[in-house]
Amino acid sequence: MAIFGLWVINKAGGLVYQRNFADGLAQLTSNEYLVMAGTLHGIHAITSRLSPTGSSSGAQVIEGESFKMTILLTATGTKFVLLTSLAETVAEPVLQKVYEAYADAVMKNPFHTPEMPIRSEGFDTRITALVGSGQP
Amino acid sequence: MAYTQPHPRFSVLSASSLSSAEHLSPTGSSARFSLPSAPSINTALGTPKPISRPNIYDRNLNKTRTTEVSASAFTFLFSEVVQYTQKRVSGINDLERRLNTLGYRIGTRVLELMVWRAESSSKAPKREIRLLPALMSVHTQVWRAVFGRPADAIEKSVENEDEYMIIDNDPPIERHISVPRDMNQLSCSSFTAGVVEAVFDGLGFPARVTAHHTPVQQYPSRTTILIKLEKSVLEREEVLK
Repeated sequence: MAIFGLWVINKAGGLVYQRNFADGLAQLTSNEYLVMAGTLHGIHAITSRLSPTGSSSGAQVIEGESFKMTILLTATGTKFVLLTSLAETVAEPVLQKVYEAYADAVMKNPFHTPEMPIRSEGFDTRITALVGSGQP
Repeated sequence: MAYTQPHPRFSVLSASSLSSAEHLSPTGSSARFSLPSAPSINTALGTPKPISRPNIYDRNLNKTRTTEVSASAFTFLFSEVVQYTQKRVSGINDLERRLNTLGYRIGTRVLELMVWRAESSSKAPKREIRLLPALMSVHTQVWRAVFGRPADAIEKSVENEDEYMIIDNDPPIERHISVPRDMNQLSCSSFTAGVVEAVFDGLGFPARVTAHHTPVQQYPSRTTILIKLEKSVLEREEVLK
């Protein structure tokens, strides 16, 4: 059980926050992360239109052989993506807490520009406290 | 396409403040004091809703239990205040001065309300005329009225005898603010300093009040409110002794 990394993708598909917590995933350059986030944004938009029973919020979990990515789409279109091991069960509650930390430490911070990369010490601290322990 | 109406976010301000300024202000100017505009907000937004709650101005001033403000709502408001101010200033000193001015306007009201609440029912109403009780009342009463709890410490400067400090280990208005590194001298508690300055001025202790970020290991957002009293205050204290 491990949490590998966290991405925050803004509503236009830009990666505004990316952080790794545990080793295990391939290391990418920041440019590659941007491309991955943009691609995921596109895939997510497609999945949200595939639903056979009307409207859908899109993909929530994408699983691979060795890891899974859990996606939380907020009402405003911001996406929180958590990369974890397959056995990890706390991904959803952790994402909810990340959303809460984002609302507090990013959106209430007068020095943050919406849709721009997140450079807030308060957010870093909250995420460390949250994921560092591995528990929600 | 030309705008037939002003932007909805501005229409509240322009429509309501203009109309109420004409009615209520003898000078027709609303630059210094905000005028009550609650009734006109609804009309300006174009959604006339029946008002079921009593008007805020009709509420009992002495009831404090249920009149607390949402910390989240206030933080968003304060965040906008800081952003708005930051766009209109040339530097950190200017920004702190403007936040101080905004706090000052709150402080004058806080003092009035506090005195009313504490002394209105008293048979022998009094006010603080000595420095130390005044400092204590700011540390305890003002902080409780504004933030819901007393400040954490009160200190006297060792170097200058006209300086006193009120210390808050975790100022609620700064709880979600991360100041970027290139502005690290900035303390948004200048707003609080303005409140304190107004209270001291109102009590008859003219002072210059500033806020300084003084973090310690345990409290990363610890803030010191520095009160530099005017000479006349100290001279009067000597006479009263």
